Amino acid sequence: MKLVFSRPKSMFDRQTHYCPGCGHGIVHRIIGEVIDELDIRERTVGVAPVGCAVLIYDYINCDMYEAAHGRAPAVATGCKRVHPDLIVFTYQGDGDLASIGISEIIHAANRGEKITTIFINNAVYGMTGGQMAPTTLPGQRTTTSPSGRTPDKEGYPIKICEMLSILDGSAYIARGSLASPQKILQVKRYIKKAFETQIKGLGFSLVEVLSMCPTNWGLPPAKAQKWVEERMEALYPIGEFKMPKEG
Amino acid sequence: MAEKLLMKGNEVLAEAAVRAGCRYFFGYPITPQNEIPEYMSWRLPEVGGVYLQAESEVAAINMVFGAAGAGARVLISSSGPGISLMQEGISYIAAAELPCVIINVSRGGPGLGGILPAQSDYFQATRGGGHGDYHLIVLAPHTLQEAFDLTVLAFDLADKYRNPVMIYADGFIGQMMEPVELRDPIDLSTLPPKPWAITGAKGRERNLIKTLYLEGDKLEAHNFRLKRKYDEIVRNEVRYELYMMDDADFAIAAYGTSARIAKTAVKVLRDKGIKVGVIRPITLFPFPYSVYESFANQLKYILVVEMSMGQLIYDVEYSVKGKVPVGLLPHAGGIAPTHEEIVSRILERVESRGDQR
Repeated sequence: MKLVFSRPKSMFDRQTHYCPGCGHGIVHRIIGEVIDELDIRERTVGVAPVGCAVLIYDYINCDMYEAAHGRAPAVATGCKRVHPDLIVFTYQGDGDLASIGISEIIHAANRGEKITTIFINNAVYGMTGGQMAPTTLPGQRTTTSPSGRTPDKEGYPIKICEMLSILDGSAYIARGSLASPQKILQVKRYIKKAFETQIKGLGFSLVEVLSMCPTNWGLPPAKAQKWVEERMEALYPIGEFKMPKEG
Repeated sequence: MAEKLLMKGNEVLAEAAVRAGCRYFFGYPITPQNEIPEYMSWRLPEVGGVYLQAESEVAAINMVFGAAGAGARVLISSSGPGISLMQEGISYIAAAELPCVIINVSRGGPGLGGILPAQSDYFQATRGGGHGDYHLIVLAPHTLQEAFDLTVLAFDLADKYRNPVMIYADGFIGQMMEPVELRDPIDLSTLPPKPWAITGAKGRERNLIKTLYLEGDKLEAHNFRLKRKYDEIVRNEVRYELYMMDDADFAIAAYGTSARIAKTAVKVLRDKGIKVGVIRPITLFPFPYSVYESFANQLKYILVVEMSMGQLIYDVEYSVKGKVPVGLLPHAGGIAPTHEEIVSRILERVESRGDQR
């Protein structure tokens, strides 16, 4: 019998702690597959965020740090400057990256820091219980915007890819979505390209992934996926924003 | 070959770090320590290292977290307001047991305070500074030669205990010039390996640097493990200087620049026949509690001289447990005590108690 599907070698044989319908498990697996395909597990370093995905190191089997909230790009910078030959990635949510850590991500990108960031945007603070995030959509109800986010009071959702792609240090910036199997495969192509950008030493790379949080959105998983497609993609267009200039 | 040079304090601290094998510096400009990053920005590339100016102290200390976790000897320096911003990262570094050296060229606070020298970050330095139960090893030089020697020692202690070490130097130490004998650079290949470091999981189990312990019993066990380490540091690493204490009836408790001035006061008082000395902590953590205590029965009075509003005095009083009266001569805002003030405070005490002999 031919083996056609198995767990990536870069992942531990373990069930995740994520809620049903959460996007983190999908993206973790994509990262594991990409590390396997590029054969870089033994020289890859991950930096975990604060948030639901802090435990990413329980699932991905490579050297890892756990950073303070929002500081993963600074930690990755420190590691990469000591070991330029290692492949260093950060994995961050929207509260971590787009709110408390916005300074660290902008400056890491602007320095052209040769690291890769996987940015999970699910428009809500997940681990703390569904508070408003910087990426929360106008009108979206959260536990701290119970009547729905109103831009005149709480401001507008931050568009990270659009912001970072204007910086000279950014080499590859893309946004994908987990709304369908086809789009998930597209996310994988983006993430692989982001790692390849780092391997080639071309500069900073980031892939934003529009992801589901059924628990905090109060939606069943299938409807949550539909919400990503209909509501999030309308505000956060998917695609490649900046392509690396090869050699 | 060791060489003797006339140097500025901040540059002494920087050069000492390079000679101790430090190859990475992350920082952010703040007065009065700017000569340290300026020096490192040309010196580190000379020896194959990296100088990186961060976007903030918050980012800088987290770059230190990354570089220290990667196994390097790393330095960061700042002053009061910047050190406050770093406290989050320092707590994580202590919790993750990463070795690094942090220099505080201390200025006056609170708030923006001023850029003149002070010792007002004593509590922050010696009580951990950030959230959670932890300690830094804190070294307080009072001359530039000592600044050099303690900086070299700091890197060894950091590696030995896998703990952040702070050089707590006030702005006078940073800005003054003195001749310093520079020890030869260490041979980096002689440093012990760091098998726990992040280097890529090639041919070994992967390494993980973390500070999260969700289960209460595991977090408590982690805290007890840290406590055992701090207890070991307390047992092994207390450093102090006794200056003319053998026959002393009076002692001055002071560290750093205040201790230099106290020594001048002692010479003046000794000329007047007053038996006075200085007990100078070199390590602020671990503090030489038992040293002060051992003099409690011998002494009639201890005068605490500090460029802060009564911080060191807590540790001195805790040491002597009421067995000897303790007085305070505080200054702040860049005003250093004069030796005349110290002399007159001791003389007042001598006269009021009829203790002159």
